[in-house]
Amino acid sequence: MSSPTKTTSNQPSQSREMTMAEALREALREEMRRDERVILLGEDIGIEGGFGGAFTVTLGLSEEFGHERILDTPISEAAIAGIATGAAVGGLRPVADVQYGDFLFLTMDQLANNAAKLRYMSGGKLSVPMVFRAPVGATTRGSQHGQSLEAFFMHVAGLKVACPSNPYDGKGMLKSAIRDDNPVIFFEHKLLYGSKGARKEKGGLQVVAHVPEEEYLVPLGEAKVVRPGRDVTLVANLLMVHKSMQAANLLAEKGIEAEVIDVRSLVPFDWATVFDSVRKTGRLVVVEEDNLTGGWGAEVVARVADQCIGYLDGPIRRIAAPDTPVPFAPIMENFYVPSVDRIVVTVTDLVAPH
Amino acid sequence: MKAQESEKKLKLAMYRRMLLCRMFEERVYYLFLEGRLPGTIHQSQGQEATAVGVCSALEPKDMVTSTHRPHSHAIARGVPIDSLMAELFAKLTGCCRGKGGSMHVGDVEAGMLPAIAIVGGAIPLAAGYALAFKRLKQPNIVACFFGEGATNIGSFHEAINMAAIWDLPVVFVCENNRYAASTAVEKVMKVKHVSERAAAYGIPGVTVDGNDVEVVYGAMMEAGARARSGKGPTLLELETYRFAGHSRSDPGHYRTAEEVEAWKQRDPIQVFQTRLLNEGILKPGDAEQIASEIEQQLEAAIAQAEQDPSPEPEDCLTDVFAN
Repeated sequence: MSSPTKTTSNQPSQSREMTMAEALREALREEMRRDERVILLGEDIGIEGGFGGAFTVTLGLSEEFGHERILDTPISEAAIAGIATGAAVGGLRPVADVQYGDFLFLTMDQLANNAAKLRYMSGGKLSVPMVFRAPVGATTRGSQHGQSLEAFFMHVAGLKVACPSNPYDGKGMLKSAIRDDNPVIFFEHKLLYGSKGARKEKGGLQVVAHVPEEEYLVPLGEAKVVRPGRDVTLVANLLMVHKSMQAANLLAEKGIEAEVIDVRSLVPFDWATVFDSVRKTGRLVVVEEDNLTGGWGAEVVARVADQCIGYLDGPIRRIAAPDTPVPFAPIMENFYVPSVDRIVVTVTDLVAPH
Repeated sequence: MKAQESEKKLKLAMYRRMLLCRMFEERVYYLFLEGRLPGTIHQSQGQEATAVGVCSALEPKDMVTSTHRPHSHAIARGVPIDSLMAELFAKLTGCCRGKGGSMHVGDVEAGMLPAIAIVGGAIPLAAGYALAFKRLKQPNIVACFFGEGATNIGSFHEAINMAAIWDLPVVFVCENNRYAASTAVEKVMKVKHVSERAAAYGIPGVTVDGNDVEVVYGAMMEAGARARSGKGPTLLELETYRFAGHSRSDPGHYRTAEEVEAWKQRDPIQVFQTRLLNEGILKPGDAEQIASEIEQQLEAAIAQAEQDPSPEPEDCLTDVFAN
């Protein structure tokens, strides 16, 4: 396995083994030390005695950087997005966040009409160097705190979209996003934070990764083959990378070698890595947590059909949530979110049809 | 003496600028009727005192945000006429290189962001730009233009509240022209004045005659000084009227002829011209001379714009991302 990620069971963090929340926090701290123009904006991110954002990512940062740079806002998502955009145009590098990705719908005018288009409408004279962080994923919070929204933003020309699946990529990609001169919507999965204490996420994966002492960046727009294989290509993001890896390990026991690709960025998208893999394996399964219709996986399938159709040895399969809101009851949520078992069954059926 | 001279110079400059706004809009209206401009236009005849009074109170490095009705703001702010005209003609030499059009004119070099055509959409941007000024310790302010219609949208309330709690250097300039497209303000707002809404955010709210450029200038100087000194934003309501329809196809049947006529009696350019003649700042014949100079300037801008190169079709593909 070429990924620096490993999944452990309740193993305490080693010195440089970090959770996603810790790695993202370190990225923010390093970039704030490096560049005075980096500021943070969000709800409950820097309050003394508070919890450092909904998932502890900004915990302790206001002690080092003060409330001039860690700006606790009112509950005003549209203004958070618009003020971040205006501040970016004005020469700062804001990193704003919403507590739950679902609240991004409140920011849509500012992100889709202003942040995404100001450079274009100005004829290339302006740039909008901002990051907007958003936690996604179904976690028994029901329909308005559990959606996966990547596809909405992938569709808006002028926005970059990042979705790291592990702490190593999370840190390196957040640093790249902060240094990027474009607006980047940065999706994080709630079950991958590894947040501790009261903010610990029930059902969360204990994902930790080795994070080097020395500085590094992970560029936006590069997918990663996290497991090589010859029989089928699994393309996934966020939590689904981990489920795909678990499925791949089970499939290997049946003699099916799955290649797993973590897309990492949706905009820009690393088409070459996906095309190369599909041309090698001849089979494609896309795994995403979003609703099936119009999800980012649909775009992957369309491009592969356009570019690799002659290499395919079977139909393309899509594994996604059904076209319903996110349900609350765990028994229904488990049905809604694509499972390891569903991936195994789908791939087995595809590779070795009865 | 020196102060008097500079005051006179300012008044003449404001007069000339207001007339340029008016004549630009009149000329553009005919270009539009002649089918020489693509797209749509939202014109600002009658609102010259608000644009010019506010922008005359700004420093070169201050910033202006604007709306779907931005021509006079751009002219008042000093966006070059040639590049404005070229943008309306969809030319590569336009202030947005043909990618903006009438509703997005602006030029950050001149101190104006591309206009934002979603009602209320620029208000958070203005607050954000002001946050950058404050954080970067630049002694500048943002003048944020919007209509009274925008004061009913959430972004107005969210952004003003945040600008207020952080004492941001921004002046929220409401051009209350009494109609949001065809909808009269009384129909959609229970308070009498937009400025009353400032009380909800703990900032000063001021209502003044928006058709008197000197009154507007004075009010903006005061609000600007407050913002510049770190005391935070003001909600400045300028009562005015647009003589034009909402957009190119609007004959304005929702307003009575009497109402339009009554406001035309208060035409900001006529009012100011009469005053300047009475004060001896304009001599008989000066107004005609200025108008003739402006006419030449506009004709030259039109001739230039017509000659200027169009963008290539594939230019559509550039400027989506930086780098």
